[in-house]
Amino acid sequence: MGSILSGVEAASLVRSLPGVDAVGLEARAAGLATRSIKKESKAEAIDLAIGMIDLTTLEGADTPGKVRSLCAKAVRPDGDAPSTAAICVYGAQVATAKAALAGSGVKVASVATGFPAGQVPLEIRLADTESAVREGADEIDMVINRGAFLAGDLERVYHEIKAVKAAAGDARLKVILETGELVTYDNVRRASFLAMHAGADFIKTSTGKVGVNATLPVTLLMMQAVRDFRAETGVQVGVKPAGGIRNTKDAIKYLVTVNEILGDDWLSAHWFRFGASSLLNDLLMQRQKLKTGHYSGPDYVTVD
Amino acid sequence: MFDYAPAPESVRPDIKEHYGLFIGGEFTDAADGAVFKSVNPSNEEVLFTVAEAGEADVAAAVAAARQAHETVWGPMSGAERGKYLFRIARLLQEKAREFAVAETLDNGKPIKETRDFDVPTAAQHFFYHAGWADKLSYAGVGANPKSLGVIGQVIPWNFPLLMLSWKIAPALACGNTVVLKPAETTPLTALMFAELCQEADLPPGVVNILPGAGAAGAAVVNSPVDKVAFTGSTAVGRAIAGAVAGSKKKVTLELGGKAANIVFDDAPIDQAVEGIVNGIFFNQGHVCCAGSRLLVQESIADEVLARLKDRIATLRVGDPLDKNTDVGAINSAEQLARITALTEAGEGEGAEVWQPSCDLPETGFWFRPTIFTGVQQSMRIAKEEIFGPVLSVLTFRTPDEAIAKANNTPYGLSAGVWTEKGSKILWAAQRLRAGVVWANTFNQFDAASPFGGLKESGYGREGGRQGLEAYLDV
Repeated sequence: MGSILSGVEAASLVRSLPGVDAVGLEARAAGLATRSIKKESKAEAIDLAIGMIDLTTLEGADTPGKVRSLCAKAVRPDGDAPSTAAICVYGAQVATAKAALAGSGVKVASVATGFPAGQVPLEIRLADTESAVREGADEIDMVINRGAFLAGDLERVYHEIKAVKAAAGDARLKVILETGELVTYDNVRRASFLAMHAGADFIKTSTGKVGVNATLPVTLLMMQAVRDFRAETGVQVGVKPAGGIRNTKDAIKYLVTVNEILGDDWLSAHWFRFGASSLLNDLLMQRQKLKTGHYSGPDYVTVD
Repeated sequence: MFDYAPAPESVRPDIKEHYGLFIGGEFTDAADGAVFKSVNPSNEEVLFTVAEAGEADVAAAVAAARQAHETVWGPMSGAERGKYLFRIARLLQEKAREFAVAETLDNGKPIKETRDFDVPTAAQHFFYHAGWADKLSYAGVGANPKSLGVIGQVIPWNFPLLMLSWKIAPALACGNTVVLKPAETTPLTALMFAELCQEADLPPGVVNILPGAGAAGAAVVNSPVDKVAFTGSTAVGRAIAGAVAGSKKKVTLELGGKAANIVFDDAPIDQAVEGIVNGIFFNQGHVCCAGSRLLVQESIADEVLARLKDRIATLRVGDPLDKNTDVGAINSAEQLARITALTEAGEGEGAEVWQPSCDLPETGFWFRPTIFTGVQQSMRIAKEEIFGPVLSVLTFRTPDEAIAKANNTPYGLSAGVWTEKGSKILWAAQRLRAGVVWANTFNQFDAASPFGGLKESGYGREGGRQGLEAYLDV
């Protein structure tokens, strides 16, 4: 989207947002987490969740072989299970992933902007982004400048996101807030609106590289933010919790939350993603259990 | 797109076809042979029959309680009484699922509430008061306080087991024995509690349970008990106060309410909306301290209402035994008629009604979550306790006006304040005439926190150190 506000306006707007009551927010998330999803609705939820995964490998040890193996898994996770939404890799692996996924419909997402800390000069972050797009990335997962945010320089955060958005061109831009470093819910709400006003296509919780990653209350808060943003501007923005969502039970809690806070409009891979790696195998094991009636085990899903 | 398949709770408690009165540690039928039926309000099926206590049964129960107080429970050391209470608390926890399902069947409230609130909180009351049993000298009510004797207790149908625990746990901890009359429509968990007392080897006569209707309650009040404790409507409370006047009987009353939930323009809006929903739709609004009057600052009223309606549209109304049900059945045909009548009065007086388009089951007693906007102080729906899922929305312009409107009721049980400013919370709490003021939350309860009303919402406190005083001779 083209943003409507100037940096000053956006910064001033997010500073004036109403506060978040932590106790109430966490109670609401805990309430949503008690939903009991059984039988056919569980089967539907599992396939929906598989199709929403950004299957991720972000290690120093990533090699073309490792990436190709993960790509094969993303396209055909298990039997008739749906493909995942995307593969998420470092910029250096984009070309490999792009080639491996050619014609599959699975997108290539690249982290960029000096992921995960983002503590490199802006021109390098932009070059990182441009390079990933040039290599064929369909989606860019950028990190915000938490240093500037915590120092109170919201305008700078806003302008940097806008610059990355421009550098990303047609690639969809996921803006990682790194909520574990922003710490407070008030900060998460401000950062969400700042990112959306600056042109984010997705807001994403975490890099997966710090102590606290996606939590249900934080993701719920970001869902409320995208809901309110669409009501105000007409622009729909996606949400991606990442890090720490490892099993089917947790994934279903997030889907229930999407369902009850955002509704059908967001219940697709175009608007909601899971940034995860080990989650996929647990979903596949639960899927096998529903089909066969008994639990399999880790040897009945592939290690990739 | 994402519909939840039915997720019914599978545990079924062992509900007998017939229950007797619990007098002197034994189940027995009424002296005059009277029985009545208890109905599942979600489908109108008869669950069981139960003996109906008359005056002779009340006299027998009071005599059993008197004997137990004089020979066993009164002389027993606090530490020993505490052991019994701990045992009851643990048994309640062990049987939590059975009690939760039984409560849902008999009352109509959702299993998620009985499972996550009613039963755990009831057990907590026994644990909490078990700890007090041998420490009463340190309760701050005087050295070496004594028990009162036999306590007559009459409880309502909205939280049957929880109200039982609010009444019985402190009474027993303080060395009293009890004669308790559960509500006519919800005797089941009280009778299961009687069975639990047998299992705990509680000495006979310490707890007596007498199911029945208003006449049985009146008989308990008029019997030679030492104290009467009542939770229920203001009208009945007033009659009880009259009945015990001039006698030596002590009395505590926890009566009706018409609580204001005040939302200031600097409130955390999404959480306030949750609090409004929890305040009025928790337990189908069958809550004496329900936040039945929403007072919202005029400048944010439209935004709050829009969000509130969106939220209410996601409430799941239906089978109380389904684990995903948010709003269950109305407890009785009589209560449904009262809610319906008051709602019609609201429309007649010119308030605008809004309800979500949810489907309701065909049998049983049901009422859609309902909001009235454009409500004025003078309307019946702003003044009278509806005791159902019906919210009256009023607006205010300034903080002073909010307080004036909130206090403009004969009741004074509870109130809520929503603002991000701590100073405004304290300012409002000092001025609100209510027994409990919740800040940025609603309907929170704890055994350690005293609960009770001002004005026509009653007197006496339940829970906490303050609640002990009502059961001690100080």
